[in-house]
Amino acid sequence: MVDQPSWDLLADLQLLLEFHFMQNALLAGTLVALLAGATGYFIVLRGQSFAAHTLSQVGFPGAAAGILLHLSPVLGLIGFCVTAALGIGLRGRGLDAGWRGESAAVGGILAFALAVGLLFFSLYAGSVEAIYAFLFGSILGVTDRDVLVTALTAALALLALAVIGRPLIFASVDPEAAEARGVPVRALALAFLVLVALSVAVAVQIVGTLLVFALLVTPGAAAQRLTPRPGLGLGLSTVLSLLFVWSGLSVAYFSPLPVGFAVTTLAFGTYVLARAR
Amino acid sequence: MSHILAYDFMRNAALAGTGIALAAGLAGYFVVLRNQVFTSDALVAFTSGLGALVGGVQLLAGVFGGTIAVALGMGGLGGRARGRDVAVGTVFAWVLGCGVLFLSLYSRGRSAAGGTAGVSLLFGSILGLRPAQAVTAAAAGVVISALLLLIARPLLFLSVDPDVAAARGVPATALSFGFLVLLGATVAEAVQAVGALLILGLLVMPAATAQRLTARPYLGLALSGVLAVLFVWAGLVLAFYLPYPASFLITTLAFATYLVSRWGWLW
Repeated sequence: MVDQPSWDLLADLQLLLEFHFMQNALLAGTLVALLAGATGYFIVLRGQSFAAHTLSQVGFPGAAAGILLHLSPVLGLIGFCVTAALGIGLRGRGLDAGWRGESAAVGGILAFALAVGLLFFSLYAGSVEAIYAFLFGSILGVTDRDVLVTALTAALALLALAVIGRPLIFASVDPEAAEARGVPVRALALAFLVLVALSVAVAVQIVGTLLVFALLVTPGAAAQRLTPRPGLGLGLSTVLSLLFVWSGLSVAYFSPLPVGFAVTTLAFGTYVLARAR
Repeated sequence: MSHILAYDFMRNAALAGTGIALAAGLAGYFVVLRNQVFTSDALVAFTSGLGALVGGVQLLAGVFGGTIAVALGMGGLGGRARGRDVAVGTVFAWVLGCGVLFLSLYSRGRSAAGGTAGVSLLFGSILGLRPAQAVTAAAAGVVISALLLLIARPLLFLSVDPDVAAARGVPATALSFGFLVLLGATVAEAVQAVGALLILGLLVMPAATAQRLTARPYLGLALSGVLAVLFVWAGLVLAFYLPYPASFLITTLAFATYLVSRWGWLW
């Protein structure tokens, strides 16, 4: 238990940044939130929230494999998520479009991915804490190497998103017109899925496999409820995402509440307010 | 085989596993037929959250009551397509988040034991059942299966052709609610065998395999139940000899069989 927070925000900030693990968590969390907020807006715009959910569950064995092979778990997450994204993208039709017919297969793959993750963790003979951290998130597990990998990934992904952002909005809102105007819709869709995979991979560190939805999809969904303008919505989504992560990490630091609970509760509350408006 | 069953924990696991698998296989057939995989996923999320909440009190009773209540609530949600997945997903994430909170509160009270309880809730602990639990699970499985078979005929009609069924006077709403309640009970019961996270495998895979193999509904229903029971038995036998978790083996067997049934004719 650390010192209690006060109403003196500057002193609180000093408390928050006192320990190295928390500096790492905040730094990685900020990068994750920037990326997740931006990607999430497009995920909701394109109706691909189920793809995000699928990719995050496929990431669980990836994290376990990373730990088992003594690599950074983020590297394992990135490897598994990107492979899965390419697999989904190259099958030609979107997962969300084919979801009705293929639901049994997808459900089976999700359960199997979690089972493989469980196997890896049991082979590692690791602690229960490690499983929890990757299912539900943790503020303790972010190492210096993870921060470096996260920073590189986020920078790369944000740069790519900035480059393909305009045609992607066009292709998402009106695919036929975009295709007629010569926008490479298929290539954009595949590239975007890879970006989603990267966002999921880094977000799992903070909120965990099962709760990624709250950080990746909910800010984008709330932003689209609040404004129809793409630029403003994108900004709003990123701000909300940052807000969730910072408050979630602070709550988890100052109180015994788990970070996953704090982040999902904030996300749920915000979404309810955005809908009620 | 006899020396495997010489152990108490294996007898309990086999008894409970058979009842659970039968119920899951039969219920799963309707889940796939009615395209309710996402609904089951939702039930599972709620189950883990609620299960964690009552973990310290009376696991099974709490999970049963909670899941059935949620099943009824979800039946009321109906089918509004667009934008619903985001709302539903956000609610699930939040309920799971609450589950984490309850688990962490529970494990703080009990130190190390609480952590283990959490993992068994998520991934199952069929080899750790007490005799009384095993008998309860087997009995519940048999009752659920019997009820499912009782409503099987009108439910099949309703699932395959809802409009004609409604026109012929099949009570559509009552049947749908009734099925959701039975599904909730099945999920709640299966939690202890394969765990909240892997139930989808036991619920959906045997049924999907059965539907690949035969188009005849009663044969498929029976096949789904039989396959589920076989997966659990084979998984238990393998788990006895191999150092891998039973729920992993059961899920993998089910998944592998599905893949073979799907792509088997290619080679």
